[in-house]
Parts: sequence; structure tokens; C-alpha cells
Amino acid sequence: MTDKLRRLLDKVEPKFTKGGKYHKYYGLFEMVDTLLYSPPNRTIGAPHVRDALDLKRVMGYVWLATFPVMFMACFNTGYQANLAMQGMGLEHAEGWRGTIMDMIGYDPKSFFDNFFHGFLYFLPIYMTTFIVGGMAEVVFALVRGHEVNEGFFVTSILYSLVLPPDIPLWMVGMGILFGVIIGKEVFGGTGKNFINPALAGRAFLFFAYPAFMSGDAVWVAVDGYSGATTLSAAAAGGMQAVTVSWWDAFIGFEPGSLGETSTLAILIGGAFLLFTKIASWRIVSGVMFGMVMMTILLNTIGSDTNPMFAMPWYWHLVTGGFAFGMIFMATDPVTAAHTDTGRWWYGVLIGVMVILIRVVNPAFPEGMMLAILFANMFAPLMDYGVMKANIKRRLKRQAANAGAKS
Amino acid sequence: MEAMLSLFIKAVFIENMALTFFLGMCTFIAISKKIETAVGLGIAVVIVQAITVPANNLILNVFLKDSALLQGVDLRFLGLISYIAVIAAIVQVLEMVLDKFVPSLYQALGVFLPLITVNCAILGGALFMVERDYTFAESVVYGFGSGFSWMLAIVVLAGVRERLKYSDVPAGLQGLGIIFITVGLMSLGFMSFSGIQL
Repeated sequence: MTDKLRRLLDKVEPKFTKGGKYHKYYGLFEMVDTLLYSPPNRTIGAPHVRDALDLKRVMGYVWLATFPVMFMACFNTGYQANLAMQGMGLEHAEGWRGTIMDMIGYDPKSFFDNFFHGFLYFLPIYMTTFIVGGMAEVVFALVRGHEVNEGFFVTSILYSLVLPPDIPLWMVGMGILFGVIIGKEVFGGTGKNFINPALAGRAFLFFAYPAFMSGDAVWVAVDGYSGATTLSAAAAGGMQAVTVSWWDAFIGFEPGSLGETSTLAILIGGAFLLFTKIASWRIVSGVMFGMVMMTILLNTIGSDTNPMFAMPWYWHLVTGGFAFGMIFMATDPVTAAHTDTGRWWYGVLIGVMVILIRVVNPAFPEGMMLAILFANMFAPLMDYGVMKANIKRRLKRQAANAGAKS
Repeated sequence: MEAMLSLFIKAVFIENMALTFFLGMCTFIAISKKIETAVGLGIAVVIVQAITVPANNLILNVFLKDSALLQGVDLRFLGLISYIAVIAAIVQVLEMVLDKFVPSLYQALGVFLPLITVNCAILGGALFMVERDYTFAESVVYGFGSGFSWMLAIVVLAGVRERLKYSDVPAGLQGLGIIFITVGLMSLGFMSFSGIQL
């Protein structure tokens, strides 16, 4: 079977290479071919690093690392919805989901009921993201003559995981179009953009349709049910207004964006990424360090009017999009700082900014998305500073060596 | 003191001249190709802004305000023309002073210094000062802060543009087009401060 497929691909290949009939569509052929088989061409020139880990593998690993998060996203979305329906005394969900779910049931205690109910919310969002964004990606690849890149796999899955479950699908499409086209493709595609495309898409939706992206009504997928996220509850009434326990928040049983609730699942994926050295441990440690330091500083300062000042760091860790942003968004190798020292600063800036936005800014209860976008802008400047410092140090060393010799 | 500090932070981050109000776009976009020149121009803007805003504050309070010069005479309709004249004059004087006493800085700033006269962020700073009725001390802080905000924005943009040197922009967007998109995305990042009350 696989041999036949390989032979088929080899047979049609001349049609797509230069001079062939379908040369215009080489991008599409390349996408299918390299997705199924390792490409035969290897780097041979001197200045390249030869490594078994190519971009395709890197992106594949990130995709794999989101699996626990996807799993918990489905489960928790369904769990919250079923719980809310039980609380409101609803027997049936509305629309096509209701038709399917009537066959399965709505028991919040049953694992399968929860998982499947959530899956019916996650799947359309992910499909929309994938089809709409993928089309934009393929059109750009064909017109501009570059290859369709696996970066989009990662962008699409990360983007759909940071959306609220109840979001209308046309909005999902709008957001991913903005993210892929304005955030990435106009700069030339993967590796050439300066801000994270998934976050650009989400930020676009956040500012264009705030009613669907924030507030209390969007986090649980049941119409008319209002469930605040842990963060907005804390911002409104302080830590005593938080109803979930720390362990629930850590495992992920709280209302929130699809994939952001479960810190546990995110850390499992994150451990995998750190172990395979795909995510930079410097960035992750920097974010943690900046967040903890800033929280302790604000805890010490204290405030009579703003209850968020008193929120301890281990709560900041498990609420909102902090963990997800730290592991999956901040470590995007393209938009982060490229030097090792720069990565530390970049991480610390994110950690400090996220706490500042959460605590000091009453307009936004959540700050991870904006903090990362903010740090994306400063990343090139950090690299520049590190580079200049290196040049200065080496010049000094050279001067010292020259002085010693003479 | 605390009020002054929050005024400064407000001027730099929340009401960033370039990324929130989009003032001074022409020089902002024209002279942000390299970080070094962006820093030079930024320093020039900070200096000029920190001098002209308090100077215009004095002009307003001593000459233009209702009954300030003559009893019953309100000269505020002369505001715009006198502020811009003050800015132009101060830039000229500053240029001569720098040329005479700090020639190295004068050389480094080069053509940017006279260019600042027509930078709308400078006039904008003066007009915001008038609109918000700042005292003299506040206008010193505000002038310094708003100048610094513009400098921060142009240096960050220059950093991003140096990285974008290796990007592959579609033909129709090359040059100005992609920079406008870049600036728009940057101001999306600066939205994180909107809504902070100080």
C-alpha cells in the first residue's frame, strides 16, 4: 500500500516540477509528498547545520504536545456545559448538538458524556480554523510560490484552543484569516513574521467583538448561563469570590477558553516540549520568574481598593491563559528573542507584563495574550542589545589580548 | 510626587504619542530603518519636547490666557500660531547652541533636528498641555514623558524593521504598506495599557 502510494507520487512528480503541466501547483504536491514521506533532498553546503530535526518534525512535536490539552479541552467544555445544564434544569441542548447528544445523555458524572459534548464544540471550531486558515495559507503559497508550511498546523491548533467555546463560527474564520494573512503571510510566511499569528488573530477578535470574547456569558457553552472565569471572579470580588479550589483550577475544572483551563495538561505537553528542547527553557523560566517576582512585589505593596493585588502567584499560575501562553505561545521560536540572554529578558518581560495587566488594568481581567504581543515587539530590540554587548565584550577582550602580547 | 510619576507613566505607556495617538507619523516611518538613527532622532525629540512644552505653558499663562496680558483681553485665538513659532524658534536656538558647545551631538543629530520643527508629536504635546490645563511642573513632566514615549515607539519600530529586513513582502505591500501594517500590529500590543486609570 505505502509502496503504491510512493510510486504514484513519483509518477506524478514530473508534472509538478519545473516545466511540468501543473508547475503552478508544486506547493500543493510538496505539501502532500513531504507530509507522507521524508523529503529526499538534504542540506549539503557548508554553512548549514545538519540535523535530523527539521521544521516539519519540530511542528509535529508541538502538535503532539497539544494532545493532552485538546483532550482536557473537550472534556472540560462538556463537563462545564453539562454541569450548567443540570444546574439550570435543562434536559436537552439546543440545535444539532442537542440532536446528537440526546442519544448519549447529559450526565456531568459520566466521562464519555462530557467528553463527547465538549468534542462537539471543539470540532467545529477546529475544522473552521483549519479549513479557512488552510485555504488562505494554500492560496498564498500558490500565488507567491513558496511551500505550504507545517507552521500552520501549530498556529491553527493553538488558535482554536485559546477561543471561548461558545464563539460563532464565522468569527473563528475571521480571526484566523487576520492571523494568517496580516500576522504572517504579508511578511512572507513562516519564519518571517514578528508577532505570533495565533495571538494576532485572537487579539483582533478580542478588540473587534469584545462581547463574544470577554465577559461572563461566553465561557460555558450553554445559552443564558453566566459563569465567570476564575480570574474575572477574583478581579471583581477578591480571592474570597473564587469558588473553585486550587486543585480544580490546576486540573482544569473551571470555566474558560477551550484549552486554557487545565494547567496540568499544559504542563504535561510542556514537559515534552522542554525535554525535546523545542521550547526554550530560558523563556519558560523567565516567564515564571518574572511572574513570581512581580506578584510578590505587588503582594507586598498591597492595596485597599484593588483585591487583585493580594492574589498569590500559585493562583496566577493556574488561572486564565498563563500556563498555555507560557508553554505554547511565548516559546514560539520565530517571534521570541533569538539570543539566549535575550530569551531570559523576553520571558521576564512577559511575566511582569501579564501580572501588571491582570492586576493594575481594570479593563482586562486577563493579560497573557497582550503581554506576549507586547513582548514580541520588544524581542528584536533585546537581540540587538545582546548583540551590541557581545561585540563590546569581544572588542575589550581582543584589546586586552593584544595588549598582553606586545 | 506620586501624581507626577503616574503622569509620566501615563504619558509614556497609556497615551503613547506614536502608537496610541499616531502623531508624528512622517518622521516615525521615514527614519526608523536603523536602530542607531532612531535612537538619535528619539533623543532629539525628547530634548525638544521637554523644552517646548513647558515654554509653551509659560507663553500660555503669561501672555495668552484671558486677562493675562491686558485686563479683559483673551488672546487664546493666537495659540496655534504662537506655539508653532515657539517650537521653531527653540529648535533654531537649540541647533545653534549644540553646534557651538556640543558639536559631536550636533553632528550625530544632523538633519533630524530641523526636521523636528514639523513633527506633529511636538505640536501635539503642546496642544494636549493646553487642553488639559497642566501646571508648569506638570508640563515639564508631560513634555519629557511624551517625548520619551515617542522615542520608545520609534526605537521599537526600528528594531522590528531590522528584523523584517529578511522578510519576503508581496510586491504590492513593499515599502510604506508593510510598515503601516507593522505599526498597526504594534499598537495592538500597546492596547494592553488602554483602560488603566492613574
